[in-house]
Amino acid sequence: MSFWNDPLKVAADWLMGIFTGWGMPGIAAQILIGFLGILFLLSLLMVLDIFLVWVERKVVSRFQDRIGPNRVGPFGLIQPFADIIKLLIKEDITPDGADKVVYNLAPLLSMMSVLILWAVMPLAPRMIGVDLNIGALYIIAAGAIGTLSIIMAGWASNNKYALIGAFRQVAVMVAFEIPMLTMLLIPTIFAGSMGFNAITEAQDVWFVWLAPLAALIFLIAAIAELGRAPFDMAEGESELVAGYNTEYSGMKFGMFYAGELLHAFTFGGFWAILFFGGYRFFGLEQVSAFLAVAVILFKAFIGYWIIMWVRYTLLRIRIDHMLGFNWKFLTPLGFVLLMVVALLNALLAGTPAWLYVAAMFLSNVILGLIALEIARSYSRKEREKVEGVRQVVEARH
Amino acid sequence: MSQWIYIGLFMIVGLIIPVGAITVAWILGPKKANPIKQSTYECGIETVGDSWVQFKAQYYIFALVFLIFDVETVFLFPWAVKLGQLGMFAVIEGIIFILILIVGLMYTWRKGMLEWA
Amino acid sequence: MTGEQIIFLVVAFFTLGSGFMVVTTRNLVHAAFWLVSTLFGVAVVFALLNASFLAVVQVVVYIGAIAILFIFAVMLTRKDMRDQGPQMNPGWWFGALISVLVFLGLVFLLQGWSGLSTTASAMPSDFDAISELGNVLVSPDAYVLPFEVASVLLVAALIGAVYVAFNRK
Repeated sequence: MSFWNDPLKVAADWLMGIFTGWGMPGIAAQILIGFLGILFLLSLLMVLDIFLVWVERKVVSRFQDRIGPNRVGPFGLIQPFADIIKLLIKEDITPDGADKVVYNLAPLLSMMSVLILWAVMPLAPRMIGVDLNIGALYIIAAGAIGTLSIIMAGWASNNKYALIGAFRQVAVMVAFEIPMLTMLLIPTIFAGSMGFNAITEAQDVWFVWLAPLAALIFLIAAIAELGRAPFDMAEGESELVAGYNTEYSGMKFGMFYAGELLHAFTFGGFWAILFFGGYRFFGLEQVSAFLAVAVILFKAFIGYWIIMWVRYTLLRIRIDHMLGFNWKFLTPLGFVLLMVVALLNALLAGTPAWLYVAAMFLSNVILGLIALEIARSYSRKEREKVEGVRQVVEARH
Repeated sequence: MSQWIYIGLFMIVGLIIPVGAITVAWILGPKKANPIKQSTYECGIETVGDSWVQFKAQYYIFALVFLIFDVETVFLFPWAVKLGQLGMFAVIEGIIFILILIVGLMYTWRKGMLEWA
Repeated sequence: MTGEQIIFLVVAFFTLGSGFMVVTTRNLVHAAFWLVSTLFGVAVVFALLNASFLAVVQVVVYIGAIAILFIFAVMLTRKDMRDQGPQMNPGWWFGALISVLVFLGLVFLLQGWSGLSTTASAMPSDFDAISELGNVLVSPDAYVLPFEVASVLLVAALIGAVYVAFNRK
């Protein structure tokens, strides 16, 4: 139980020794140690958040064939600090008619809903904030608080375009929660528990090989939950200025913006945990806890990079197409996938591992191809309806 | 219960951090209130009409459909946790549950409730 | 007064206070937000009782769906969201009398209840609430029939919603 294997316990015991040496009662010392640990983790996250701003801007610039920030410091690394200083010294303009309490509460709740997600993220075999056995539902609960903060922001701004942006954003977020919940059920079935530690421990074979379609649907639903392109109704820059955070300036806007980036990174992390083995990498995590943290951060960055890649490649989807895609395609597909996985899981209960993995993988691929074929034939019919009209017109000439 | 105390601490610290950041911004920023700065932003022109418009009732219907499926998925979570240890019978029960709700989804689809227009 | 009792009292006062604000505030959207804090207080009470699944489900379903539905409904229907009428209706003294009588009746009934002075027995350490719930929901001699009937109930709610909220064509 050396420092390299289990740093949290070693640090906690050391601090406990110090505090009880000062005469503090045990329970108060425990709570104080917990408080300090949480403060440490969340401060590290805020520093990470600052660098995510730099990563985002560099990556978007490369996708758009330009260089991005490179003047402020080496490779533009000081740029986000300049951004923070700018946001801090901006004037805090509250629009008149805005509801002061709700207006000020919204960015706080938005940031809080992202930070509390890190309570259940397993960083190493024994390093997890709180090992809740209902971790999968907990992230949806935190998302619910985030959704609420968006409506609060949109309504309190006393700006009808902000309100429209907030309504649309909430309608999209809420709609895509159903495929996300359904896809959270699939690792739960495989692992026999909703807790993230249990899900990570059960991934001797990564769940992405067992259910690739589930990983894909979860990614799509997560991108919609985050409010990023191609689902960024709220930030349709040419449509609604900045949607629900139009009337926010200075650090309050900074909280929304930084919260969104950190949320994207956090969901990259959850995608890695649920489908890509989390902190596991062929036994590397047993060597040292720090290696496990490095593994999961690396996987989270890959997930975040894929989310950014999708954002800077695809066009924004129209809201009725978005909602139709969710309710008419993703939701039925998600439920059918759940039924297929549950059925196969029971049918193949005693079979050898390679047969199980192969059967699950094949069933997912077949289901994905069938769904794609159904979608294609539907769009073909729609196209023929339109082109049928066009052919009549061409025949007349 | 001690688990939830830590979650509570997470929420408290998670609130302290943005409160701290916004307070620092409030201390450092200028405070020159000005009626033009504080007027509602509508692409730089004067606002037209009330700050309230008749919103589409479709938002409400989508939220309603979401509520039904949310409750359904929440019912499925305990089922999914125990699925590995129960037999085929539990799987069939769950499948019946999901099928009944897919029938409901098909009904709302056919009735045209899932259209945006 | 154990720590748990103090925490429970604080949470209970918070929940009741929020509930009181729901019915007394003049602004309808504020009432919806106070309802959110009331529901959150109930979730905290569930967490105090070690019913973690129910606490999270309370937040996901009530705050994430039902409160959003309320807020949508409020914002979609009222033009002027400030209630201008008098705060109390003319028969308020009668309502107050009934509630005081009910309160006295409850106090009288609960005086002899032993539960107020005994502490609940702790759950066995390997008690996993979710597993038990899963077991119970699908076993034929427990709650499988209500489980299936719940899905029929949800479909009935969906059909009712189609009928009530969607009379277009």
